[in-house]
Amino acid sequence: MRPRCLILRAEGTNCDLETAEAVRIAGGDPSIIHINLLIKGKVNLEDYQMLVLPGGFSYADSISAGKILGNIIKTILRPQFKKFIEEGKPVLGICNGFQALLKSGFLPFSNENSQHATLSINESGLFIDKWVYLKYNSNTKCLLTKNSQNVIYLPINHGEGRFVCSNSCLDRLISNNQIVYQYSSIDGIVSNEFNPNGSLMNIAAITNEYGNVLGIMPHPEKYVNKYLHPAWTRFQNLKEEGDGLFIYLNAVKLAKKFF
Amino acid sequence: MRIKSYPIHKFTNKDLIKLNEELSLALSLEELLAIRSYYQKEGRSATDVELYTFSQVWSEHCFHKTFKAKIKFGDEEIEGLFKTFIERATRELNKDWCLRVFEDNAGIIEFDDEFAIAVKVETHNHPTALDPFSGAHTGVGGVYRDIIGVGARPIATMDYLFFAYPNLSYNDLPYDAYHPKVMLKKVVAGIADYGNKVGVPTVNGCIQFNNAYLRNPLVFAGSVGLLPKKKYIRNPKPGHNIILLGGKTGRDGIKGASFASLSLTKAAESKFYAAVQIGNPIEEKKIIEAIIKARDHEKGPLYSLVTDLGGGGLAVAVCESFKDLGADIFLEKISLKHLDMDPWEIWISESQERMLLCVPEENLEEIFEIFEEEGCEASIIGEVNSSKKVSIKYKGEYAGEISLDFLFKEYPRLTLKASSRIFKRPEPPNDSIIANMNNYNDVLLNLLSDPNVSSKEWVIRQYDHEVGARTIIKPLQGVNLDAPGDAAVIKPLYNSWKGIVISNGGNPNYSIDPYRMALSAIDEAIRNNVACGGRRIALLDNFCWGNPMIEEELGKLVLACKACYEGAKSFDTPYISGKDSLYNEFFDGKVRHEIPPTLMITAVGVIPDVRKSVTMDFKRSGNYVYIIGFTSDELGGSLLYKKYNIEGGEVPNVNPERAKTIYEKITRAIDRGLIRSCHDCSDGGLAVAIAEMCIGGNCGVEINLDKVPTHLNKPYKILFSESNSRFIVEVAQGYEKEFEFSIRGIPFEKIGYVTSDKTLIFKSGNNEVINLDLDEVIRAFKTSLI
Repeated sequence: MRPRCLILRAEGTNCDLETAEAVRIAGGDPSIIHINLLIKGKVNLEDYQMLVLPGGFSYADSISAGKILGNIIKTILRPQFKKFIEEGKPVLGICNGFQALLKSGFLPFSNENSQHATLSINESGLFIDKWVYLKYNSNTKCLLTKNSQNVIYLPINHGEGRFVCSNSCLDRLISNNQIVYQYSSIDGIVSNEFNPNGSLMNIAAITNEYGNVLGIMPHPEKYVNKYLHPAWTRFQNLKEEGDGLFIYLNAVKLAKKFF
Repeated sequence: MRIKSYPIHKFTNKDLIKLNEELSLALSLEELLAIRSYYQKEGRSATDVELYTFSQVWSEHCFHKTFKAKIKFGDEEIEGLFKTFIERATRELNKDWCLRVFEDNAGIIEFDDEFAIAVKVETHNHPTALDPFSGAHTGVGGVYRDIIGVGARPIATMDYLFFAYPNLSYNDLPYDAYHPKVMLKKVVAGIADYGNKVGVPTVNGCIQFNNAYLRNPLVFAGSVGLLPKKKYIRNPKPGHNIILLGGKTGRDGIKGASFASLSLTKAAESKFYAAVQIGNPIEEKKIIEAIIKARDHEKGPLYSLVTDLGGGGLAVAVCESFKDLGADIFLEKISLKHLDMDPWEIWISESQERMLLCVPEENLEEIFEIFEEEGCEASIIGEVNSSKKVSIKYKGEYAGEISLDFLFKEYPRLTLKASSRIFKRPEPPNDSIIANMNNYNDVLLNLLSDPNVSSKEWVIRQYDHEVGARTIIKPLQGVNLDAPGDAAVIKPLYNSWKGIVISNGGNPNYSIDPYRMALSAIDEAIRNNVACGGRRIALLDNFCWGNPMIEEELGKLVLACKACYEGAKSFDTPYISGKDSLYNEFFDGKVRHEIPPTLMITAVGVIPDVRKSVTMDFKRSGNYVYIIGFTSDELGGSLLYKKYNIEGGEVPNVNPERAKTIYEKITRAIDRGLIRSCHDCSDGGLAVAIAEMCIGGNCGVEINLDKVPTHLNKPYKILFSESNSRFIVEVAQGYEKEFEFSIRGIPFEKIGYVTSDKTLIFKSGNNEVINLDLDEVIRAFKTSLI
């Protein structure tokens, strides 16, 4: 039984193939669907049990990263998305997908229909490809990161990943335990030194108020087996499974409930 | 009247030259005369559309006139450099895994039973000189279209960049030139923007510095693609529709091919400003997805031909694609950015992100459905026929008719003279300044901090090098992911462990001896590939040269081509594609500033199981360090001599037969898992190579130079000689016997071991000629580029 996973593609999406592969390894049945088919009603979101918005540069990141995709979701696809999320089905937004979910208002508070936070241009002003350690918030209610290790290792590949929000929004994120991962040292120390892009409180990933939507800047699909680790040749005992795979396993497991 | 006509059949020579100037056709007198006699035979005038067709198709950029020309080289008559040296090597090697070479947009070789690899490298030097961001940007865009132009999906990007030294004093900077730092930043931003947005990882490359590139920087952009073997198609038939897919056509990139075929001057720069194209990576991403979908359609590929629009725009794409057939083209069907464009502008515009497809009537509906889903614009602009002519109409009006036989078979072939003046034996170098030093601590730190060696991390991290999740060996390696790898390993298929190994070689400092420079480039590209586990290597020859009309420059080109033949034959590595960019010089009105002859060799190998790949970082203290290969007195053109302004010395030579044996044995040892790390010795010799391995391993090393196989007795020569075909290899304790047995028969020696105390010690006799803290070494290596 492989739950059906819709991998949403728009012009400029470019991590769809490896994301589909990660879903497949995790036991899901991925379909890469162009957003134009959803807009025209040729494909229905409700026929799927899981949704992933993969990384890339949707609509060239014109205006700002994920803004146009976010606007399309907010204005045209809102009812479908709302229903999907309220049913509790798993939604994963990675990098550009996270940016679009924030800008469409489905993160951090899926039921409020307004944008509370943004992912802005990296402090360095440059795109950055780098592997980072991520400290897990074990109190989070996120359903897609259940049983996460305390610290995981994944790459970031983005130019606009600096998480910014108002103080009131931050307070709510903290009190609701919606922060899922923070950039950290290998030992889980969260400090400025380990902040690759200037994110507020080193925030790398957040979930919504129900825990079924995860927005994450690092790319879990880029580390699903040990040979994708950037220094695998150094380690003889590295575990076969990469640190990113369990997120897909959790999502597929959750999706099965709706099958 | 939008179409101008010129009574060229009645023109005098003087009129022809005037016309050539006026329309900036960049044609030679021989070519103009041939065109005139063609129109005399036809008894008619020429239209501007026709004249520009000749100008573009016959441009050096598109037609490779110099590589096709007859060349007198001393007593030798060479029937074309390409045929005699490049293609011949491939033909004679006759590999069954070379599926399509030198015939389509990219070279295609076998990957496995089902899939093939497509590879192409392009240059975009002249546009970059004018507008660094857009030049580099569209350079990357152009090479992806070469890959998609054979129906393959681009899965890796390579780039080789050449600039003046970034620390150039502003006092030495001409008022109208870009500072190399600005150039570097903009070029890197251009490559990053295009590659990252299309989602093709930039996995391998180099940046080299020499002040001769100040006015004429070089940007080589390469790409590797993957396609199912059975899906390759190039079979247009009369009656098929000609479709233009992608971006709109505008005034950007008019006469780019002519511009690229001339020397750079201030006058040319202002005249051809519109020659620089403007890129839109997302448009390119859309056409890639549309073409892959059309290729993978259940009916089989929906098109009978796909090709990219590059230099010379539609004119070149249409004429070349249908050279044995013929076509009718209707220019008004083309969707425009600027509505007032003249027909000739539409015909030769090099606006980016456009592809030409041929589609049989019965597939039209399906293919347009795909275009619509992907949000791509496409229009039918003509039809294939069998007239051997390309007829161009604009709103019902006659705009031109080109005889394809005249264009491709009756062109006036150039005859050129090359100086065969034998390059003098180099003078013995006067390197007493180094010979008299007590130790080489400062020398090593100096070399590590030279931009040709120092860390490129600032650049590499701006490129996404792992999008696609196929990059198994990434460009930055080691404990802290800050050491430079030799090659990239890509695992193109999610369900197979087989990999592609991508590397490069080339060093313009060796151009004082062009023959050895070319052999060294081939050797370096291959040994970088072998160091990571690559084999069954295919090469691409990518030339950037000065003005071939200058006999000496052409002489150097001839010598380099001869070495290319010898190298490929003896290494058993065929060329599968290549690129030549000539006229890389800047004429400031008084002096010609020529670039040094620059040959970059791209090597593409395969590895049966990527899990056996090797990186260059030392893995464990106590492990043994070996040197493989023989070290000779070869410091001519070396980084050491350059850094200390020492002239003369022998440029590193290659003994390909011996090198080939070394590479085969190293490959076997890698397959047996006997090698923990492997790094090639190049710029800065074994000292720099070992220092880089220590940086990667975050460790120290103790090396005994007396053990190195060599006839040399001066430690600095052993440390910094750049002899080819050498590796530094790390072997785990307990495996040394097996390793030594497996590589018996080639020069090698155990020269030391990895230490945990973070000190680099090189001994000669009782002297420590180098004793450096790792921290100092790292600091020097991480000297900021910008």
